[in-house]
Amino acid sequence: MNVTVEGKPTANRKGAVDQPKPRQRLVVIGNGMAPGRALERLFEQAPDAYEVTIFNAEPRVNYDRIMLSPLLSGEKSFEQIVIHGDGWYVKHGVTLYKGATVTQIDRAAKTVTTARGITVPYDKLLIATGSLPIIIPVPGHKLAGVLSYRDLDDVQAMLLAAKSRGHAVVIGGGLLGLEAAVGLKEQGMDVTVVHLAPTLMERQLDTPAGHLLQRAIEARGIRILTGANTKAILGEKKVEAVLLEDGTRLVADLVIMAVGIRPNAQIAKDAGLTVNRGIVVDTSMRSSDPEIYAVGECAEAHGQVFGLVAPLYEMASVIAQQLAGDATAAFQPSALATKLKVTGINLFSAGDFAEGRDREEIVLRDAARGVYKRLILKDDKLIGAVLYGDTADGAWLFDMIKKAKPVDAMRDTLIFGPSYAGGSPLDPTAAVAALPDEAEICGCNGVCKGKITAAINTLGLKSLDDVRAHTKASASCGSCTGLVEQLLTISLGDTYNPTAVQPMCGCTTLGHDDVRRLIVARTLQTIPDLMQALEWKTSCGCAKCRPALNYYMIATWPDTYKDDGQSRFINERVHANIQKDGTYSVVPRMWGGVTSAKELRAIADIVEKFEIPTVKCTGGQRIDMLGVKKEDLLAVWADLNKAGMVSGAAYAKGLRTVKTCVGTDWCRFGTQDSTGLGVKLEKFLWGSWTPAKLKLAVSGCPRNCAEATCKDIGVICVDSGYDVHFAGAAGLDIKGTELLGHVTTEAETIEVIAALTQLYREQGRYLERIYKWAKRVGLETIRQQIMADVERRKALYDRFVLSQSFSQKDPWAERVGGHDAHEFAPMADLTRLEAAE
Amino acid sequence: MSAMKGWIDIGAVVDIPMLGARVVKSAVGCIAIFRTEADEVFAIDDKCPHKAGPLSQGIVHGRAVTCPLHNWVISLESGAAQGADSGQVRTYRLKVEKGRILLDGATLAASHAA
Ligand code: SRM
Ligand SMILES: Cc1cc2nc3c(=O)[nH]c(=O)nc-3n(C[C@H](O)[C@H](O)[C@H](O)COP(=O)(O)OP(=O)(O)OC[C@H]3O[C@@H](n4cnc5c(N)ncnc54)[C@H](O)[C@@H]3O)c2cc1C
Ligand code: SF4
Ligand code: FES
Repeated sequence: MNVTVEGKPTANRKGAVDQPKPRQRLVVIGNGMAPGRALERLFEQAPDAYEVTIFNAEPRVNYDRIMLSPLLSGEKSFEQIVIHGDGWYVKHGVTLYKGATVTQIDRAAKTVTTARGITVPYDKLLIATGSLPIIIPVPGHKLAGVLSYRDLDDVQAMLLAAKSRGHAVVIGGGLLGLEAAVGLKEQGMDVTVVHLAPTLMERQLDTPAGHLLQRAIEARGIRILTGANTKAILGEKKVEAVLLEDGTRLVADLVIMAVGIRPNAQIAKDAGLTVNRGIVVDTSMRSSDPEIYAVGECAEAHGQVFGLVAPLYEMASVIAQQLAGDATAAFQPSALATKLKVTGINLFSAGDFAEGRDREEIVLRDAARGVYKRLILKDDKLIGAVLYGDTADGAWLFDMIKKAKPVDAMRDTLIFGPSYAGGSPLDPTAAVAALPDEAEICGCNGVCKGKITAAINTLGLKSLDDVRAHTKASASCGSCTGLVEQLLTISLGDTYNPTAVQPMCGCTTLGHDDVRRLIVARTLQTIPDLMQALEWKTSCGCAKCRPALNYYMIATWPDTYKDDGQSRFINERVHANIQKDGTYSVVPRMWGGVTSAKELRAIADIVEKFEIPTVKCTGGQRIDMLGVKKEDLLAVWADLNKAGMVSGAAYAKGLRTVKTCVGTDWCRFGTQDSTGLGVKLEKFLWGSWTPAKLKLAVSGCPRNCAEATCKDIGVICVDSGYDVHFAGAAGLDIKGTELLGHVTTEAETIEVIAALTQLYREQGRYLERIYKWAKRVGLETIRQQIMADVERRKALYDRFVLSQSFSQKDPWAERVGGHDAHEFAPMADLTRLEAAE
Repeated sequence: MSAMKGWIDIGAVVDIPMLGARVVKSAVGCIAIFRTEADEVFAIDDKCPHKAGPLSQGIVHGRAVTCPLHNWVISLESGAAQGADSGQVRTYRLKVEKGRILLDGATLAASHAA
């Protein structure tokens, strides 16, 4: 499995033995979005009709090419944009050759042959070779550092180049060029866009919208040169500069050419198929050879080639139907809509928006809000729309363009959208409710409102992921996610539980992982900045998101972030545990569970002095004083500090206790100094904040008297060294630990545990204990990163040490010293005033 | 009781951390004084309608506070429990003048009588 070299198929053929009549062989060239969709549809309609073999020049599974821009900007990871993981090919008995380029089609013999000489026969052939990026043949276009923007390799090369934080020049100010420019800027590069036309995205936007877009992109610190023609790319071995026709010389460490694409049809041409701009197909998607189909950007239908997924997915459906035996299925392209996938910039264009005598237009401008809308009418029908700034009505307008119904009755209010009803705007959910069933919600996948609501109701769908899985809506570029969620709300009412979608809370649609990635990708360093940039729906968050955000900030920017006390739960704000009667409990650290006469005496004195009602040994090998009045806290802590004791953080989403057993110090079975190691670990780890509480234990032998095998992290000492365990639970859930690995020295044990803690700090979602995090990301990937990848472990360890240098301050001593003084005293006492009356 | 009838100066707005609260002790019990992000000030009983949790110790957001004991959300404006929970705490009239918070002695007295 998972073999990526040519010649070794990834999956086994299913049913080779018990298949009575031989299935037809379908061979697919190219493994992009279009054939991926065609096969999905085919397997739904005729799961066993074909034995499928795919050749893919890219050495990987099918992924969402549209999402390369979020990948470049750091908003998504590759795993998140995979469409079909390896398992999918196994499940459907598909043989996938990764990194295998087909170089020849022999139509007489009905075979295809790859560059490395593998020949496979077909009954039906599907060509889906996509497009090739256009490279302008200016001098220097072959220098190292000149890239196109088409696949994962391009993005990886860009990310690598961006590490230098140098200068990037993007040639081309269309959709791809601008997405690349914004992504590279997010990665810290200095970016200039060179564009030939006078305004950006001139094929999708009219001039005013192009200018608004230019201003918005420039506001992000990207330089834009329009009307600029590239003359040459300069450099010795690698690119150094870009020279423009007017003599301007732009310094460049990286040049992205994003000037357009052309269908990749050479092998079809070589095989003698009819090729014009693309491989010419009829409405059944057959090429000039009836056994050979073409789909995607390489195909030319109705004299048109296509560069957006919506029509390609329509082609894919037709092919699936044809292959499944429905000869009537026919491809009919409809109007297209475009959106730019740059977070924070909203623009939408659809249909035909050129000016003309026979056309009328309706324009709305609101400079203060940065809103521009233009509708183009012809013969009383809406034929085009350009929206900038406020694109909420895009789906509704697009539906009207496609239907081509006369709009004279609503002409006066058309530009205000469906939410304009009798003078007062409806809320957005009501606007979606008002859409007709045929209104298209997901442009990429051509899914209309009726289909989504029907699926929600008949299949009992409950979450965004469910809808994505069953209807494909919102599963591609994601820009219709808000609309789909509104449909869920309309259909399910209060039973729609958005947490199933996993947004952090009601204040945002983003999940924890997205927020964490965006904090890094967009260098968000305070909670108000974050809420502004990520468009929080509430003015200042809520009791759910604020503590989480505060933790993510601390974990991401340990050296600069200023802790926000008001975003902490009371226990962490006052460093004690609130009790049911409003009093507090106080638990000092007792390193590794070891104490002394001095400490015990101090505790005894304090209990008497402050009349503390209860003293109790905790389940964590230390002593708890319960029922302390809030106004006594400072004095209690001052006395504890005097005896050398610090806060035990019994309240913290952070390091709690390190339990130990007596080990070689006393025990006749002890194999290592478990008590000493426990003390060292606690002294090294204390003060650290973690996604949820973190409890450790060290046992001196496998008898395990410290109960290390049900802790978040546990160590079992053995003769040959230390077994490090993790991901145990003994609270709401009971679960034994998993072995992380075996190490031989104390120093290594500490390094491994610190690295593991740091990895958890960086990846764990707020309130997610280690065992849940491990289950989510996989034990093996954690072992791999901590035990196998020594360099990675060292880097994690170093980051942990850096963070500790800012967090190991006793919070009690700080408060005794006057920090947060307001927390511990009433503001005014009116009882005295009243008594004086 | 005459002094209790007028406006009582209980301290400065800046004595309360933004998105935080302070307590004022009074004969009718503790009153929690909140300061919101928009710099508005509210006074309500420091006693959750659920199980008497000290609301002043909760997390403040918008014009509401989440109780520290079991996470009920209480409106600072009306004193009513939000969402699915039902319950009500007393609110107190106050005004802010030149950065000082003045509590209405009359509401205090009224609650006396009640
Ligand atoms: C004091 C103590 C009980 C005792 O008298 O022994 C205790 C007391 C509380 N535990 Fe505990 N737990 C105590 C040991 C444990 C242990 C045993 C251990 O640490 O070895 C466990 C099982 C191990 C674990 O952590 O899973 C434990 C599992 C929990 C849980 C379940 C956590 C889970 O994820 O499954 C909660 C609830 C929670 O955190 O949401 C909890 C929550 C609480 C809280 C904080 C309840 C609350 O939210 O107010 C209690 C606070 C009382 C207070 O104010 O002091 N306590 N609690 C123990 C303090 C240990 C210490 O020295 O710091
Ligand atoms: C950065 C970026 C952003 C985009 N954003 C959007 C967007 O927002 N909205 C939208 O609708 N569209 C967008 N697109 C366009 C969309 O991704 C494409 O239209 C779509 O992916 C084309 O699908 P396809 O299957 O035709 O070809 P591709 O996905 O290009 O797949 C072709 C595959 O065939 C392989 N191949 C080629 N030749 C051979 C051979 N001889 N043998 C074996 N394998 C071969 C290639 O390696 C490639 O993997 C974007 C594209 C890019 C690059
Ligand atoms: S088990 Fe823990 S949470 Fe439950 S009552 Fe005891 S101390 Fe409190
Ligand atoms: S006491 Fe306030 S929520 Fe329970």
